[in-house]
Amino acid sequence: MLNYVLRRGFMALLVALTVSFGTFALFHFATDPAQTIAGEDAPQEMVDDIREQYGFDRPVLVQYGDWLGGVLQGDFGKSYFWKQQVVELIQEHAKVTIVLALSALMVTVVIALPLGISAALKPNSWVDRLALSTAVSAQAIPNFWLGLMLIILFAVTFPIFPVSGDATWKHYVLPSLVLGASSVPAVMRLTRTGLLDVLSSDYIRTARAKGFMGYQLILQQAMRNALLPIVSVLAVQLGHKLGGSVVTESVFSMNGLGRLAVESIFNSDIPTVQSLILIFVLTFVLLTLAADLINAWLDPRIRMG
Amino acid sequence: MSTASILDIQDLSVEIPTDSATLKAVRGISLDLKRGETLGIVGESGSGKSMIALAIMNLLPPSARRAAASINFDGSDLAHAGERELAMKVRGQRIGMIFQEPMTSLNPVYSIGRQLTETMTLHRKVSRAEAEKRAIYLLEKVGLPDPASRLKQYPHELSGGQRQRVMIAMALMNEPELLIADEPTTALDVTIQAQILYLLQDLQKELGMSMILITHDLGVVSRSADKIAVMYAGDIVETGTAEEVLRNPQHPYTQGLLECVPGYRGDAAHRLGSIPGIVPSMTGTIRGCAFASRCPRVVDACKTEVLPRKQLGPGRTYVCHDPDATRNQSTADLHSAANEVPVELPKTPGEKVLTVDGVSCTFSVRRGLFGKRRSLKALDNVSLDIRKGEVLALVGESGCGKTTLSRTIMGLQQPDAGSVSLGQHEISTLPAWQRARMIQPIFQDPYSSLNPRKTIGDIIGRPLVVNHIGTKPEQLAKVHKMMEHVGLPRRVFNSYPDQLSGGQRQRAAIGRALIMDPEIVICDEPTSALDVSVQAQILNLLLDLRDELDLTYLFVTHDLSVVQHMADRVAVMYLGEIVECGERRQVLTSPKHPYTRALLDSALSISPDLSVPAPGLSGEFPNPMNRPYGCPFHPRCPMAEQQCREEVPRPEIIDTTFVKCWKARTFSHQAKHH
Repeated sequence: MLNYVLRRGFMALLVALTVSFGTFALFHFATDPAQTIAGEDAPQEMVDDIREQYGFDRPVLVQYGDWLGGVLQGDFGKSYFWKQQVVELIQEHAKVTIVLALSALMVTVVIALPLGISAALKPNSWVDRLALSTAVSAQAIPNFWLGLMLIILFAVTFPIFPVSGDATWKHYVLPSLVLGASSVPAVMRLTRTGLLDVLSSDYIRTARAKGFMGYQLILQQAMRNALLPIVSVLAVQLGHKLGGSVVTESVFSMNGLGRLAVESIFNSDIPTVQSLILIFVLTFVLLTLAADLINAWLDPRIRMG
Repeated sequence: MSTASILDIQDLSVEIPTDSATLKAVRGISLDLKRGETLGIVGESGSGKSMIALAIMNLLPPSARRAAASINFDGSDLAHAGERELAMKVRGQRIGMIFQEPMTSLNPVYSIGRQLTETMTLHRKVSRAEAEKRAIYLLEKVGLPDPASRLKQYPHELSGGQRQRVMIAMALMNEPELLIADEPTTALDVTIQAQILYLLQDLQKELGMSMILITHDLGVVSRSADKIAVMYAGDIVETGTAEEVLRNPQHPYTQGLLECVPGYRGDAAHRLGSIPGIVPSMTGTIRGCAFASRCPRVVDACKTEVLPRKQLGPGRTYVCHDPDATRNQSTADLHSAANEVPVELPKTPGEKVLTVDGVSCTFSVRRGLFGKRRSLKALDNVSLDIRKGEVLALVGESGCGKTTLSRTIMGLQQPDAGSVSLGQHEISTLPAWQRARMIQPIFQDPYSSLNPRKTIGDIIGRPLVVNHIGTKPEQLAKVHKMMEHVGLPRRVFNSYPDQLSGGQRQRAAIGRALIMDPEIVICDEPTSALDVSVQAQILNLLLDLRDELDLTYLFVTHDLSVVQHMADRVAVMYLGEIVECGERRQVLTSPKHPYTRALLDSALSISPDLSVPAPGLSGEFPNPMNRPYGCPFHPRCPMAEQQCREEVPRPEIIDTTFVKCWKARTFSHQAKHH
């Protein structure tokens, strides 16, 4: 098992480094950071000055090594735009995103799993049809529109929750619903088809022949197998929520990492963007690693293979 | 044997609604099983035999509908018992069940120990320790070495045979009164099959269980069952003791099935009997006899009149008009002309067309991304030659290297050492198209070896198109002629493979292989995915084509009755080596190698007066990654001595038979006096 963890951890690190170097290089080829800092109309001399001063004239690989060295010591550089340490910036914004993502994940799990399971237990029944139509509508409705509708309904017409901001727990209810709903279709469908697959398998027939039935059959025999793909997809969904909840954060005016990233990109604030991308990639990689480890714990074939 | 019934099924039907029509999988059958008896239910695929097994405890798939007047199991009626009652009182407790697929029938995420013990703790108030004790006891009983440590293992760590043993132990945890075994050995190698059947027979006697054994294999049922029920198209067409049914079959279908089995009529028959056509689909109203369309004795009444169930004695029935007019016709007689052909043509050994010389093939296997590379010796210094016009059978258990050898001969696998030459040419020097012109394969599974998006005509004619042989009209004419040769009707020219039956697909595969006029055809288990009646048709066809087209076959198979029927010479493989090779009669009647002997003992011919023989081989086919030192067979060999464990046996030739065994001379000497 330890061997497995080490192997997967090493792979995860490789992926993170590759992606972060890719974006670093891309940025340096696509934009001129010196020009950005100096401003659009700055004279060429000033731009050259800045280029030399910041070391932008060195090879990309050297610059990347330099930056990575800083990152490893906890120094993500200084934002050109906000004139602030990137670390501080991220710290300020991370809390909102993490709370939002986790509560959205809860929403997803609480809606999608029971719905998927009951749909699988009675395929083609009214529960199944309800689940499928929920999935289709949740997939068809755009995030921002659902957000706006919820605001009109629960913040304006019936002022139960605040319209925007991130000050109290009440501020998180509507955005969590919106962000959580977006993952419901994928997770629900996977739960349904996964469990249906498992239920029609030979080993479930064996379990029934042994005398298992009802909830014991589902919980003690089928669920562990059906969970394997769900764990993986939940990890990916959580990754999306931690890294890409831009729309939801914007609709509800929450100061999360998503908005920070968008504003940094608009302002070509390379140090912030780079740091954010590295963090997003690491989050993703760590989450898939966690999912793999959970699956390895659930399934001996993965653990020993 | 007491006479009390343990299971009495009256008028059981199973229907499966599909989109277009309702399939009548089981049509009102009645069965009776006494305490301590074994009932064999035989039939071909789709006959509904597995449905009966599942219907008894209502384990049918959700879409199926079951109806029965009564299923009386020792006083309680299972036909009208609720799901809860069945689960709590019957399933796994009083009736145990073993399924066909050992590879998928155990839950992959739980340990063997958990799966065994929960069967017991679910039904009885016993502690886990007690259940574990019983599990260990049973695992030992079913012949798994080191049972206590097995409990911590997971299904994927065990081989198919080992998993089936676990399944058996699991079914026996609560000492059931009835054991239902649905094709328990079909997925296993012959030596393991013999071990498992022997074990079941042994356990049944010891525990006084009744057993329902469902199988398509008449050899298996003849050795294991007291009574037999023959199923055809959802109905039981004949019942009786094993002796009665197999020695003196009354129903034309039973007769036909037996005629299809290679070796049933002894060595003398040149052709196998065969049942023409396929099982009709059982939808809508069925008038008359379901077998009428395929029956050699059919008269007009069969197609319209309700069938009488005739009683010949207690428990001896059959369903047939049994028309006097056609009394003496059987499926074999349809080909009577062919049977008069003198059987053994005096054969002058032809010239060598293919020579395999010292071929070795090693795969480097790595588990995981960072695992250590280990070598797997799939072929070890194999030499072989095939002569013009002969059928050379290549026999061995799964994993012995049969497939690698046939791939190497086809040039699809590059050997590390040695060479394969075709006539004067070494095969590796030949361009692909020339090689393909001389050697063509027929594969095991006609369901996946034909492209589903191409028509049959396209598939058969494809090799001509690829190699630019002839003009379009010439190619077309050739395809039509080939279809006639292999017995495909003209109308399937534009059909797709999934519109054909298994037998027709295999005919198409044979047509595709033969259209290039190859010298050598490599048949890789060409009939093992087919029912016995279809197998007979295909084997007959292959032999006819050999005579007509002057072909040479390399026939890869695990079925010794097929070898007996088809082969001129036999090569036996074990762990990548040929351990014995010689004339068919020599090898099969006086084997020189203990492994050949064991294979022969494990092959179950139809002999109702014999029981399953005690297995001559201990253990299972070893993992080729851990080759035993010395003679690779020594860990399983009953004759192994010090020398066998230390030195690789030197090949020698005894009575024209090639053999690789230190004890060959003493062994064959012993066998003669045996």
